[in-house]
Amino acid sequence: MTRQSRLLPRLLIAIAVLSTLVMVVAPLFYIFAAAFAQGWRAYVQNIMDPLTLHAIWLTVLVALIVVPLNIVFGVAAAWLIARFRFPGRSLLVTAIEIPFSISPIIAGICYLLLYGRQGFLGPWLEAHDIQILFALPGIVLVTLFVTSPFVAREVLPLMQAQGSEQEEAAVTLGASGWQIFRRVTLPNIRWALLYGAVLCTARAVGEFGGVSVVSGSIRGQTNTLPLHVELLFNDLNVAGAFAAASTLTLIAVVTLLLKAVLEGRAR
Amino acid sequence: MTDIAAPIRAKRVLPGFTLSLGTVLLYMTVIVLLPVLALILKGAEIGPARFWDIITSARTLAALRLTITAALIATAINAVYGLLMAWVLTRYEFPGRRILDALIDVPFALPTAVAGLSLTALFSGNGWFGQLLEPLGISVTYTIWGVALAMSFTSIPFVVRTVQPVLEDLDPAYEQAARTLGASEFTIFRRVVFPQILPAYLAGCTIALARSLGEFGAVVFIAGNLPFKTEIAALLAFIRLEEYDYQGAAAIALVLLFFALILLFVSNRLQARAMRFKER
Repeated sequence: MTRQSRLLPRLLIAIAVLSTLVMVVAPLFYIFAAAFAQGWRAYVQNIMDPLTLHAIWLTVLVALIVVPLNIVFGVAAAWLIARFRFPGRSLLVTAIEIPFSISPIIAGICYLLLYGRQGFLGPWLEAHDIQILFALPGIVLVTLFVTSPFVAREVLPLMQAQGSEQEEAAVTLGASGWQIFRRVTLPNIRWALLYGAVLCTARAVGEFGGVSVVSGSIRGQTNTLPLHVELLFNDLNVAGAFAAASTLTLIAVVTLLLKAVLEGRAR
Repeated sequence: MTDIAAPIRAKRVLPGFTLSLGTVLLYMTVIVLLPVLALILKGAEIGPARFWDIITSARTLAALRLTITAALIATAINAVYGLLMAWVLTRYEFPGRRILDALIDVPFALPTAVAGLSLTALFSGNGWFGQLLEPLGISVTYTIWGVALAMSFTSIPFVVRTVQPVLEDLDPAYEQAARTLGASEFTIFRRVVFPQILPAYLAGCTIALARSLGEFGAVVFIAGNLPFKTEIAALLAFIRLEEYDYQGAAAIALVLLFFALILLFVSNRLQARAMRFKER
């Protein structure tokens, strides 16, 4: 190799590493640096704040409801699209991806226009005393919207690539639908399913724009963790904001580690 | 061959068609279709004259201009950074390459509000980077540059992750042929490699642009949100909601939705083209 052709790769690698340090690593690292700036004790105190604890609990609760529902939807959608031919099938494939291209804040506005007081279902809901907005159901619904493609888009390509021979063989051997799913399909897709669920969890936990529209950010009631970060920041409680943010960052880091492990197994 | 024949047989053999169809249709209707329909119907209620008034009001126009300009700056940054990263990650072997590769996904995993919080602190006047930039007369927070920075952070993975697989699958024969014919490395990249990755590259940039136009969480922290100056369109729609001006919110949301769907369509077409390149 000539000297010049060795110089260029090194230069490009150096620029790539340096810009990633500035753009990605610094923001990630800074969250922990700021959260622990006043020491462990202050950090624990910030986390143990009752409102922060409530926000953590609410966020976990939302994820616990959203992720299982999305797993059911994702597997059903993948099974439907990968195993059957029917009119409107390709339209459905596109439709499933729609939430990815819609800004979460627009999703939130959509829900407000549907369930809000001036919305289409608002008067009916009010007459029947059903509270959807500014309460848990609204937060769950918007989070479902935002995260709905995650499981389906991981499981579907795998199911398509694997084909249906094994499941057909199970049918001819007299297996029931549930048996086929549990004994044949599920073992084949489990890593991709888990991978999709991990991504879905990370997104559900971090959802901000859509939830901020429908939750009303009532402290101690409908304030999820990302919304709580914003409230603390607006209160000029920067240390508290970073402490709350650090728990979300930890989830993100775990997500990336799991992703690295699962990606290898899913493919 | 069996792949093509299997699903047709499967329709009769495998169970669960009605169950999965019912689940998917119910879910899609309740979660996605009805809410989006509500927005469109609300938009239709407004009427064209009023709609036009809302969209062309000075504050809306300023917000849209800021959003689009900042999103274009963010996409330009990512177009350069993304291509460089995709190239470095696929073409060179060096220690830490896999870590660098994993780091690209950080913006996907990190909640946008957290990213916004961190970037704001880093680039404010007394932050790590703000300290360096302020003496040079560059202020990032509470300016359009902050908005663009937040947008570019959250859309970092898109260009890299669309270009990377195409670059990995390129047939090396063309580059080798060009090299034996005496082409310089730069000429090979410009005339041989770049045309092949162009559809995927443009698709990635389109998705990054769409994401930037709709970004909210990261931006509201760093922008300062001054009306007419650093107020993005998504935030203005949110403010209109809080003022109970549902028509105003719906109109702005519809404009953003319209942009998003057009960009989705463009990126789908580009990706279909990129796939064609891959098969050849």
